Amino acid sequence: MPSSPHASHPAAPHHTLSVLVENKAGVLTRIASLFARRGFNIYSLAVAPTEDDKFSRITIVVDVESAPLEQITKQLNKLINVIKITELHPDHAVERELLIATVRAAPEVRGQVIQLVDVFSGRILDVGHEDLTVSVDDEPARVDDFEELLRPYGIVELQRTGRVALPKIERPARLRGVRRAS
Amino acid sequence: MIAEGQPTNGGRALIQSLEMEGVEAIFGLPGGAILPVYDPIIDSPIRHILVRHEQGAGHMAEGYAHATGRPGVAMVTSGPGATNIVTPLADAYMDSIPMVCITGQVPLPAIGSDAFQEADITGITQSVTKHNFLVTSAADIPRTIREAFHIATTGRPGPVLVDIPKDIVDPNNPASAMDWYWPDSVDLPGYKPNTRGHPKMIKQAAELICRSERPVIYAGGGILKARAAEALRELAELTGIPVVTTLMARGAFPDDHELCLGMPGMHGNYTAVTSMQESDLLIALGSRFDDRVTGKVPDFAPEAKIIHVDIDPAELGKVRRPDVPIVGDCRLVIEELVRAIGDLGGSDAQPDRSPWRSRISGWQEKYPLTYEPSEPGDGLKPQFVLETLRDHTPDDTIVASGVGQHQMWASQHWKFNHPYTWVNSGGLGTMGFSVPAAIGAKVGRPDRMVWAVDGDGCFQMTAQELVTAAAERIPVKVAILNNAYLGMVRQWQEMFYEERYSEVYLSPDLPDYKLWAEAMGCEGMRVEDPEDVLPAIEKANEIDDRPVVIDFRTDHREKVYPMVPAGQSNSNIVVDPSQGEGGH
Repeated sequence: MPSSPHASHPAAPHHTLSVLVENKAGVLTRIASLFARRGFNIYSLAVAPTEDDKFSRITIVVDVESAPLEQITKQLNKLINVIKITELHPDHAVERELLIATVRAAPEVRGQVIQLVDVFSGRILDVGHEDLTVSVDDEPARVDDFEELLRPYGIVELQRTGRVALPKIERPARLRGVRRAS
Repeated sequence: MIAEGQPTNGGRALIQSLEMEGVEAIFGLPGGAILPVYDPIIDSPIRHILVRHEQGAGHMAEGYAHATGRPGVAMVTSGPGATNIVTPLADAYMDSIPMVCITGQVPLPAIGSDAFQEADITGITQSVTKHNFLVTSAADIPRTIREAFHIATTGRPGPVLVDIPKDIVDPNNPASAMDWYWPDSVDLPGYKPNTRGHPKMIKQAAELICRSERPVIYAGGGILKARAAEALRELAELTGIPVVTTLMARGAFPDDHELCLGMPGMHGNYTAVTSMQESDLLIALGSRFDDRVTGKVPDFAPEAKIIHVDIDPAELGKVRRPDVPIVGDCRLVIEELVRAIGDLGGSDAQPDRSPWRSRISGWQEKYPLTYEPSEPGDGLKPQFVLETLRDHTPDDTIVASGVGQHQMWASQHWKFNHPYTWVNSGGLGTMGFSVPAAIGAKVGRPDRMVWAVDGDGCFQMTAQELVTAAAERIPVKVAILNNAYLGMVRQWQEMFYEERYSEVYLSPDLPDYKLWAEAMGCEGMRVEDPEDVLPAIEKANEIDDRPVVIDFRTDHREKVYPMVPAGQSNSNIVVDPSQGEGGH
């Protein structure tokens, strides 16, 4: 679990692994315990079935030097239920994370909080007399920023999903760097 | 036999699946959860060997696999039956032994309820099996068994556990109903071992070999797993490169071959250790740079370039980064390598290595394996017992050992001239391995003489399996090198703990091994004088209708030399005190 709120800027080098696995009972345990056995902390982990319900995709962020990571990927590859492992370099991947937070929002600051959520194209999910529950989904760094800006108001509860990622689509050089309209 | 499509139940389907896999023997012990599977065994041609403890079943399956190359099969019940077999699974995992273990499980609806004799055995064994399965439907049984054997025997071999809930094998339970089928193929999308080495890498390796002046072939247990002993010999003879055989590879290259240097490592001989240390090229074939071989890793073979061949990509670069990594089956890769070296000119393309050869023979002359003969009235020298045993048993005798001093002496002093004649626990170092492993080896190779070389500490851990051997008429022979101590621990206490012998004394007479052997239905003997060693061995060799146990009373002061102290550089090898200072 993240020890600092800056999930995308950890102190140690971080790597994002996208692991395609068979959608079977116990597979997640096998993967998670392999990291534990080799003494590596998982920074964030997200898992769900893919477009094909025979498979799941696990996105794992780990803080580790490259050499031990190579050994981990090789050991992961040995697991029978693991189909494919791709390391996603942040420059060549589309990454997203979802944050849900309940934040103190007394009437005198409520407008500011709503404005902040607006700036991050977030949503208000629930409204109370003193609190708001809000959500933002964005690039992990932007989610970090949002969390930082939210903090002064008083975070009551917060949950982040951990990142999910896919490789960027290959496209002609002239279009490289062009962001898709969202 | 049940015909394709015919209705049956999970229990019968399980046994028929094992028959389809060509299983000839199951080592096991029944209990509540596995009971329904034991019923159809009565009608099966598969031989079931009833063990006295589940650990015995596991080691027997391993011994069977060591000696035959075919997967060993063990079957036990749920809960304690399953947990008792965890050690053999871990042992098989460390030594890449093909093995399939079937465990009973409480009925599916009871899983998770802490039912009687429930244990989460797939969870428990996750880190000590190549793979494991919890079967949740009778219809999955044939497919799972097929997959289990495929996984256990291909790629880097290893143990696979199949956990089967009682209700899906119990004919009285509707959940066990299924129609028999046998899958044509396995569908494991995440499992595709790469057996063919990359041609470019093989070419690079061949070129490196033809340029090196001080090469050594570092042969590991993978040679035996890949059935590559012949290919290894061809490579060594083509290039004239000397071969070290690790503890797991003893017998993979004949000890009587002029290119054989014997065993390297912590208790390897001086020449094997030093040749690796001084080499300019190590050709690692199915070996994994275990710490018992390398000593202190940064100081290991500092000038050597590395060619590393292994079927498991995770082994390449795990300990030492290879200059030429080759993922593939050892036999196929070595055959390609021999071809590639042939293309470069074969033996004519090898540089002049006579200076290297003469350095090696210099070491061999100066530091042979040695020991002082015993003084009258003292215990027998274990080395003498082993040499006598070696010289008076058939050349292809299978030797199983436990773990400790006796294991190292056996590996050092035996002459292994045939593959699959050395059965031992290398990676995990499991005391109590040898008696059950020898029984398993004898079941697999009834035509061979099988001797277990055991320590008195080891023997006391699993000796009860001699009851199994006696009852099943499996005539193994056991030589206990009884020095009344946990000998290897004592050696370390003597060398590194100022002779403070904490908790290592076992007593030579408790138990009385001769009487114990007889009580278990074996022939029992005790030998104290050197002149009685040979007659006892000859008598044991003649007995073929029951197991034999000889209690050899050995000198407790004898230590295993050479020795590289744990964690130190191989250059700090300590030789027998009679040879003066080792090292250089």
